[in-house]
Amino acid sequence: MNTEYLGIIFMYLLTIAIAIPMGKYIAKVFKGEKTWFDFMAPLEMLIFKLSGIDPTREMNWKQHLKALLTINAVWLFYAFFCLLFQAHLPLNPDHNPSQTLDLAFNTALSFLTNTNLQDYSGESGATYYTQLFVFMFLHFVSASTGLAAMMVIFKAMKDKVADKLGNFWDFLVKGITRLLLPLSFLVAVILAFNGTPTSFKGKDTVIGLQGDTVHVSRGPAAAMIAIKQTGTNGGGWFGVNSAHPFENPNYLTNIVENVSIIAIPIALVFALGFYLNKKKLAWVIFGVMTVGFLIMLFPSVIAEVGGNPAIAHMGVGQPGGAMEGKEVRFGAAASAYWGITTTVTSNGSVNAMHDSMMPVSGLAQMFDMMINAFYGGVGVGFMNFYIFIIIAVFISGLMVGRTPEFMGRKIEAREMKIASLIALLHPFIILVGTSIAAYVLVHFPNAAWATKPSAWLNNPGFHGFTEMLYQYTSSAANNGSGYAGLTANNIFWNVSTGIIIFVGRFFPIIGPVAIAGILANKKFVPESAGTLKTDTATFGIMIFAVIFIVAALSFFPALTLGPIAEHFSLK
Amino acid sequence: MKSDKNTLFQGDQVRGALVQSFIKLDPRILFRNPVMFTVEIGTVVMLVVTVFSLFNKEQGSFGYNFTIFIVLFITVLFANFAEAIAEARGKAQAESLRKTREETPARLLVDGKESLVMSSQLKKGDVFVCETGDNIPTDGEIIEGIATIDESAITGESAPVIRESGGDKSSVTGGTKVLSDRIKVIVTTQPGESFLDKMIALVEGASRQKTPNEIALTILLAGFTLIFVIVCVTLKPFADYANTPITIAAFISLFVCLIPTTIGGLLSAIGIAGMDRALRANVITKSGKAVETAGDLDTLLLDKTGTITIGNRKATNFYPANGVNKKDFVTACVLSSLADETPEGKSIIELASQGEEKAIISAPANSVFIKFTAETRSSGLDTPDGIRIRKGAFDSIRNIALKAGNIFPNEVEEAVKNISSNGGTPLVVSQNESVLGVIELQDIIKPGIAERFERLRKMGVKTVMVTGDNPLTAKFIANKAGVDDFIAEAKPEDKMNYIKKEQQGGKLVAMMGDGTNDAPALAQADVGVAMNSGTQAAKEAGNMVDLDNDPTKLIEIVEIGKQLLMTRGTLTTFSIANDVAKYFAIVPALFMVSIPSLRALNIMDLHSPQSAILSAVIFNAIIIPMLIPLALRGVEYKPIGASALLRRNLLIYGLGGVLIPFLGIKLIDIIVGTMV
Repeated sequence: MNTEYLGIIFMYLLTIAIAIPMGKYIAKVFKGEKTWFDFMAPLEMLIFKLSGIDPTREMNWKQHLKALLTINAVWLFYAFFCLLFQAHLPLNPDHNPSQTLDLAFNTALSFLTNTNLQDYSGESGATYYTQLFVFMFLHFVSASTGLAAMMVIFKAMKDKVADKLGNFWDFLVKGITRLLLPLSFLVAVILAFNGTPTSFKGKDTVIGLQGDTVHVSRGPAAAMIAIKQTGTNGGGWFGVNSAHPFENPNYLTNIVENVSIIAIPIALVFALGFYLNKKKLAWVIFGVMTVGFLIMLFPSVIAEVGGNPAIAHMGVGQPGGAMEGKEVRFGAAASAYWGITTTVTSNGSVNAMHDSMMPVSGLAQMFDMMINAFYGGVGVGFMNFYIFIIIAVFISGLMVGRTPEFMGRKIEAREMKIASLIALLHPFIILVGTSIAAYVLVHFPNAAWATKPSAWLNNPGFHGFTEMLYQYTSSAANNGSGYAGLTANNIFWNVSTGIIIFVGRFFPIIGPVAIAGILANKKFVPESAGTLKTDTATFGIMIFAVIFIVAALSFFPALTLGPIAEHFSLK
Repeated sequence: MKSDKNTLFQGDQVRGALVQSFIKLDPRILFRNPVMFTVEIGTVVMLVVTVFSLFNKEQGSFGYNFTIFIVLFITVLFANFAEAIAEARGKAQAESLRKTREETPARLLVDGKESLVMSSQLKKGDVFVCETGDNIPTDGEIIEGIATIDESAITGESAPVIRESGGDKSSVTGGTKVLSDRIKVIVTTQPGESFLDKMIALVEGASRQKTPNEIALTILLAGFTLIFVIVCVTLKPFADYANTPITIAAFISLFVCLIPTTIGGLLSAIGIAGMDRALRANVITKSGKAVETAGDLDTLLLDKTGTITIGNRKATNFYPANGVNKKDFVTACVLSSLADETPEGKSIIELASQGEEKAIISAPANSVFIKFTAETRSSGLDTPDGIRIRKGAFDSIRNIALKAGNIFPNEVEEAVKNISSNGGTPLVVSQNESVLGVIELQDIIKPGIAERFERLRKMGVKTVMVTGDNPLTAKFIANKAGVDDFIAEAKPEDKMNYIKKEQQGGKLVAMMGDGTNDAPALAQADVGVAMNSGTQAAKEAGNMVDLDNDPTKLIEIVEIGKQLLMTRGTLTTFSIANDVAKYFAIVPALFMVSIPSLRALNIMDLHSPQSAILSAVIFNAIIIPMLIPLALRGVEYKPIGASALLRRNLLIYGLGGVLIPFLGIKLIDIIVGTMV
């Protein structure tokens, strides 16, 4: 048991050891300083030249958002049509069919938004073409979109920038060439050497020990798996994601993949410190995020390692912990650790079935996604955190008798309006989505959907409710993990989660960028003794309180009827 | 006029406020406050449910529903009462000022002829006359004459002041009394449009505009309210899924408890109380925003004379030349100053009479006093015995001595230099053209002023001294008084330029002024406080008027502004932190019956679901009146640095806000539980 704990402690410490220098590197890249990967510059110049982009043209926040939304719209249509007609596109050795309209809608949005909720299974629902040139492509560009939007905010926090917030295309391309591509390359190579397939051949046929024929799906998987881990994407090659022995062959690859999940999100916090030369602020933010992360991690690890009390009640020993739905090669602790890291970061890849985990783990995982700002997705995690900072600054500024200001800019009605709306949006889409599903399930159990609502849930009662709540929470948080017990590939779930994914992605990008842009144009107020410092432990406690109260307060009743009730019923 | 009635609740005000609490139930009025407006809607729904429950027990018993309805109704009334009592207090304060000036007879002057009219009939531009013993009927500016005026009715200061036409002391205030002489005054305000009238309107609510900061907070509170609308509405299908019936009373109770009613109910009271506190400090504010801005000030411009120093230089030391008896020197000094009417001259006589010499000297009969002229730059006297004593600036006396063939003693020159470099002014005295010694004059810094500046520095406010002195003197006094910066040899436009420079650096600047030439700077400053004794132009330009003409008032104004923001912030935190306990009261109550395992969440061990819900709404209601005194008085400001202050307030209002309702709800449940 001790080695299991050591394993996850090692993974976390390794992540920090990687994240701090990586943060410094990211800051250097975007400050335009010299780095190792300057040899990528000609490639970038070629891309800009071919696209007719001047990467030195400064944009204001509105131009940034316009560029971001336009290119995302293009990618969306590209992905949607590829999926609709994938059967007719090349690289389809297994002759998989095209996706249905609603599935293609859901899948395209899902990958565009860095969510990767997969209502299909990679082995049968996608082709090598769509896996590589739709999914993997979107893995890179969606992560870099978040990165670019975040860079606008970083830049806006500097002094005297006003409308000169850098160039969106420059951020977007450099995010890929300087960060995501090199990192994914490294991870992919490690995976390939550990047995992850990298082949364009179709299914392999194996004769099993019992003498029956088994068809084993393959494909050029290692490359895609690398970026789905590093870019907080989560959408894997195979249906069961990193629980699949090809996708995550052994404990070493598990370490590499798990470190990849949170390395960039943590590095970005340090990048903020290096970029603005406010290292203390970065440590405060990192501290708040880490406390939130650990508060969720401990109960989950304890619950999984401790085993299921219902099984214990029957007198059955569980030396390995609660092993239902887990891989023996990883064990209970590493599975719980993955479960929390993948939900705090909006990654959504899994190495175990979340549906089978203890209610406490389910509670922790959903809470992570409801907050969606403890480390968070690439770029967007910090942006969600930024909204909480704005609210915390506002309330605490009043508490010390001064009009609230952050980074030398006063926070007034307009910014509060945006921040309130964005903070409101997340509970709104999750609760409204779940309530509609619950309503339909109770009142129209036999309606003629693709799947009858009465057949949606594998489990009745509280756990069934959790399956629905989890699905919408995961969609809204752009996480993409799911409870496998929910039958989600039908028009109701494909469309409803598709809409929530879209709303949950773009508004929380537009809001913070708008706030940062508006603030950047305000008069800069130099710090005085009366200014509330944001890089102190006290302010960290304030942010933490705001995050916990805003999230806990809005989701408490829903969580009560799901995992909390299940937990207390489990005797 | 300082109010001596500082108790928070007075009988007549409470009665008036109670009536107002019902008038404010009008949804058109309540709509301005989104939080309380939604509570009112909830109350109306509960009324319908209560009536319904008379015929049908599906929604719970009549008694239970009726009780919830009453508690919600009282919640709205409490919030209205908080606003009404704040208004009543502010109004009473303003009225007591206004009473002093109402309906006094005025001697209107038309074409040289006097006629007696009532003060309320005076229009802007009318001219009236006041003589010894007359009350000044309304605000105006003296266009002819000079008078001593008793302003105690307005300022509480008993010493009479002199007001004269032209210059910066030409303004008179209605309600004050002429003690001597005769003045002609032109009316400067329309009836009902004086600053006081404007302030009363501001307090009464008709013209009260929400300040930017209040708007931002209202948006945040509306956001919280919306979140809880969603939480409560979506709970219905969730409960249906879980086969848990929830009554409408429970839904509305949950909703009302979760939305920030405490701060929502007290928000406008806090704003009004801020203006009221300013008025109690005898400052008339032209908008609520000005008070709020005062809390944010970064830089204060203060005139040296009258603010930092007592006003005039005073003699502090006598330095005789070598070989001159000190007593003789002091005697000569006194003689030279007997006819000197300036405060400096008087201070020399004062110092001489108080010092070790105890010199009380009168001039020999038939002495001839030599007045100060710009040419000689000295004054003194010639006695009949032929002694000529002169007192004057260093170079003028040196000229006199050198011309007569006398030397200027080295040690005296040394003393002169020392005095100058210490920020003092040397006055050299000679007798029969030979130098006797030097008198040191020093600015006297007001006692306690250095501590106040220190307090301001801890608040993060920079103080700047404005003086006509030369840079050397200015620097010395600035160091001694502890101001952060100074403007020496200041001309009126220097103030303006300094303010602009600070503002360009993003700072908020306040200044105080009285003269017409201060008006542009007063208008430019973020907070411009005009003295009531100042010119009309100055008063129009500033956004506050100080009735006491007290230059240190700015310091109080800053604290009032900070208190205002802090009270809002801390009560918001308290209000939201309360929700944790309310959840633990209501959520188990909602589900306990149909999901027995959720009894584990009933950590307060409340008696029954009904008593739990009732206790929560009752707590939610009574916390409002319990916090009214805090809202009116304001949270105490301590200049301990922003982070320490945040820590302190987070502990008291954040942690306290989490814990207190657990206690409160449990206590109420013990009482309610025995009755349900």
